[in-house]
Amino acid sequence: MSNYTIDNFSSLATWFDTMLNDFMPSWLATTVECVLVGVGLLLVYSVLALFYILYERKICAYFQCRLGPNRVGPWGLLQSIADMFKILIKELIALNHIDKFLFALAPYLVIIASVLCFAVLPWGNGLQIIDFNIGIFFLLACSSIGVLGILLAGWSSNNKFTLIGALRSGAQMVSYELSVGLSILTMVVFAGTMDVAKIVEAQADHWFIFSAHIPAIIAFVIYMIAGTAETNRGPFDLPEAESELTAGYHTEYSGIHFGFFYLAEYLNLFIVSGVATLLFFGGWMPFRVAGWDGFNEIMGYIPSVVWFLGKAFVISFIIIWFKWTYPRLRIDQLLTLEWKYLLPINLVNLALMVWIVVEGFYFGQLPQ
Amino acid sequence: MANLQEKVSRLFPEATFEEGEILLVNIPDAKLHDLVKSLRDDCGFDYLVTIVGMDWVSSLGCVYYLTSSLSKEFVSVKVQTTDRDNPMIHSIADLYRIAGIYEREVYDFYGIIFINNPDMRRLFLNIDWVGYPLRKDYDANPEINPVSIENERQTDHTDSWVEQPDGSIKHERPRVFKEDDFVVNIGPQHPATHGVLRFRTAVDGETIQKIDVYMGYIHRGVEKLCEDLGYMQTLHFMDRLDYFSAHNYHHGLCLAIEKAAGIEVPRRAQVIRVMMDELSRIASHCLFIGTFCMDLGATTMLFYTLRVREQVLDIMEKTCGARMTFNYDCLGGVMADLHPDFVKDVKALLEVLPKNVAEYNKLFTGNVIAHNRLKNVGVLSNEDARSWAITGPSGRASGWACDVRKTHPYSVYSEIKFDQVVRTEGDSLARFQNRVDEILQSKGILEQLLEMLPEGEYCAKVPKVIKLPVGHWFQVVEGCRGLFGVYIESDGSAKPYRLKLVTPGLPAAAVVDHITRGQKIADLITIGGSMDYIVPDMDR
Amino acid sequence: MEMRHVTAQGIPYEAWKDNEYIEKLVTELQESGTNVLVGSLDKLINWGRSNSLWPLTFATSCCGIEFVSLGAARFDMARFGWEVARASPRQADFMMVAGTIVHRMVPVFRRLYDQLAEPKYVIACGSCAISGGPFRKSYHVAKGIEDIVPVDVFCPGCPPRPEAMIYSIMQLSRKIKVERFFGGKNRQESQKEFLAAHPIEDVAAANID
Repeated sequence: MSNYTIDNFSSLATWFDTMLNDFMPSWLATTVECVLVGVGLLLVYSVLALFYILYERKICAYFQCRLGPNRVGPWGLLQSIADMFKILIKELIALNHIDKFLFALAPYLVIIASVLCFAVLPWGNGLQIIDFNIGIFFLLACSSIGVLGILLAGWSSNNKFTLIGALRSGAQMVSYELSVGLSILTMVVFAGTMDVAKIVEAQADHWFIFSAHIPAIIAFVIYMIAGTAETNRGPFDLPEAESELTAGYHTEYSGIHFGFFYLAEYLNLFIVSGVATLLFFGGWMPFRVAGWDGFNEIMGYIPSVVWFLGKAFVISFIIIWFKWTYPRLRIDQLLTLEWKYLLPINLVNLALMVWIVVEGFYFGQLPQ
Repeated sequence: MANLQEKVSRLFPEATFEEGEILLVNIPDAKLHDLVKSLRDDCGFDYLVTIVGMDWVSSLGCVYYLTSSLSKEFVSVKVQTTDRDNPMIHSIADLYRIAGIYEREVYDFYGIIFINNPDMRRLFLNIDWVGYPLRKDYDANPEINPVSIENERQTDHTDSWVEQPDGSIKHERPRVFKEDDFVVNIGPQHPATHGVLRFRTAVDGETIQKIDVYMGYIHRGVEKLCEDLGYMQTLHFMDRLDYFSAHNYHHGLCLAIEKAAGIEVPRRAQVIRVMMDELSRIASHCLFIGTFCMDLGATTMLFYTLRVREQVLDIMEKTCGARMTFNYDCLGGVMADLHPDFVKDVKALLEVLPKNVAEYNKLFTGNVIAHNRLKNVGVLSNEDARSWAITGPSGRASGWACDVRKTHPYSVYSEIKFDQVVRTEGDSLARFQNRVDEILQSKGILEQLLEMLPEGEYCAKVPKVIKLPVGHWFQVVEGCRGLFGVYIESDGSAKPYRLKLVTPGLPAAAVVDHITRGQKIADLITIGGSMDYIVPDMDR
Repeated sequence: MEMRHVTAQGIPYEAWKDNEYIEKLVTELQESGTNVLVGSLDKLINWGRSNSLWPLTFATSCCGIEFVSLGAARFDMARFGWEVARASPRQADFMMVAGTIVHRMVPVFRRLYDQLAEPKYVIACGSCAISGGPFRKSYHVAKGIEDIVPVDVFCPGCPPRPEAMIYSIMQLSRKIKVERFFGGKNRQESQKEFLAAHPIEDVAAANID
């Protein structure tokens, strides 16, 4: 990986790998690395989720002319840590008349799905946990596991509200998966690869949203709408519509099981923003203009991780903005929006993108 | 009135009349249905205001208050039965849709069975309740009806007493829901029921087939409590019924008692009362907009509307000394004079009001999602609105000009220029927009009142203990959600013999079943929100 | 107008307007005879619990509207982290009983309380919840919720001002700070006791048809 930014994690990783291999057999080295990466992943996952919870609470407070959490810790920074401590030791209510195995399994399915997606994201220059040639495909596959968890949660709770919530969420996620998939596919057509690292590399001089101009912007807008629906956030928060279904599919969950749903919801928000960053805004790639070497160098002083997180936070901000502005859609309107509007537009857009790629009406160069 | 009396006596020679402020027709039970039918069809009395259950010790009975949406005239009909063990009166539930619910209420309180009413369950109390609480001989011993933490018994059957062709009465027990209906229980503790109301909802997928409304989860027995208190003491309960129309309800009860006792209210007090009414209307509609939008998922609106509401509450707090339960209107005037800052504060409020309303419209009313959610959802026709007795902004959204401030002006309303906001669509959007527009109308009223605020006494001299002469009085005022009526019957003592409160909440909740059929579950929330019922107001 | 002195056994009059007194009591209780390790773990857990109080959205009447005001911009309970109002009792920490509880509501209310996950707390908010308030003489009103569920904090008023509600939740969080997770009592009622008191009956058989 070339030096677009001052930090380059690939050299660090190589050095670490050589060092481990020096004094232990290679299988042991691999195991140690896997464990370290796994622990690191989970740590980053939970810290980021806690940050996101606070982030949303603060932002929504400012939208609503309030202050938001500001008593626990400086500026309320420790608020979600306190919430975590509480929820960890909160009682897990044992329910009768439910399918105990599936009931316990559901939150884990949801959280595993989001952890797997989380691992694919390009965190920084050379900092990527899973990097292989069908990265995007893997991402799409993993994100679909989540809906299974939600369906199981709703069904196994043996409660009419959760069941309605789960059915709604099933209909919603299966439909919007199409839009997410197609808008991602549009960008994959443009990039010509499913390899996450290569997609980022290709955006060194022009982020895709600029180089693929009109179809990329259409794809971005559709992706944002469908991505919001995929994460069950307002205005598409029907599966857990508070005013209709109390708490939707997770009504019967308490303690840390509920905590898993809660964390996964916020992390999915980050993942959706992260994928948008990857496909449209160059992943961890700094803002560069071909030819302006001095400018590019200055941009390169900002570490790649900061670039990635910064872009993701800005996109999350927009999604949060949606939620605190719009009223909720009704289930039939939701499905109409997807099947009658988004899907046809998406298909046309895909054709447009193919035409642009074939004719070469784009800026910059495509990855080889 | 003379015309009407003549007409009725020609058709029903057995009827006797009591002249008064409102004509009272005494009719035997057998002719009740025919009389009410001819009043409705021939004389235009298309709106049943209330059914007042009564216990005159020697007999049980009902007083029906009817009014016409055209001539605005009132008429009352009185029916009695001397059988205390098994009292029966004919139902008029087939003439007025709302009568079904009102009759259930009378059955619950007095045990009067209405023949031919298809649904004769108790309304507020559970089925194991012993005795009929508003009867004079009710035994209030808590051991008879103890507080129980065990679940109340439920039944899927309702009771009905049907008159057979041969004149005999047959007791039937039809089912409420069909055998294989999928019934979802919404409430009583549910974020969207605005308190503790329970809907048993039969759904087919997401589509609603039938709703069975359960009330009484906050039934506090205010009417019975009032019978043991002096007139002055009954006032404070008005704060706690519809807590947003606290001033309006106070105003209504004060007017009724003052009318009966012949108390003259100083002009300054009248103007102050009306100003407080309109301020509470602004605060109430603001909160309605907020909670309604929150039900639809647009949480942020709540905070913008509560900002204005807080400003109104500040004004009230300075003068009345409380944020919600003011107890400000008293017999003969108001409790205290206006705070010196009052005029300045109200002017400041009126200045920001149009800007805020414009903001609400921009943020929510103009939103395409909101439009899709509200347009053509829960359509209530003009005829149904009158039959179901839906008054207030909801009724006016169905094209029924039912504003009591215009139809039966009280206090200084007759001197004020304002428009009655009427829309004809009858859907949730119209009900919502009506309330938004009424905020601006209230602003206009307040501006005029500030101009005409006279100096002088704020309260007339009133004896400490008020005794009303023997008789009965009925007074209606416009609450924030519709017509609020007070019926007082006095036996000459210092306590009311019977105090009946007619609230707009009860019809608004009862009509939900009618207008949600065939809509989606999400629409139930929209419709329930747009009817804007307050649960303590309907349960009393 | 001069205020009448309020006296209660064991608490000096000054304490009524002095929060530091309660804080001191809390510190004393916390430091008396606890193991250093367990004590500090307890402290951490109590810090978490007392700072993360999620209310159940439960309101029956007037006090509920003041509770809404409490969430709004002027009083903003979000500052303390209390704004995550959960509609499902399984996920809530405390119940603000805002409003009158009547006979018909009692079983529902009790069930909601039973559905709350431990640790659970109850604030009786407003005079109706405390004693029945102005409706105490009514035939259909429960005379205070203390007979139905254990109450942690009473918050008087009709309805209490939002400031009073904030104060009552703060008192609750002070109360939580003296709890002991290790070796203490973590349940208000064990499941065995609960099931003995509430035998699971055949619901269908109990209903008449």
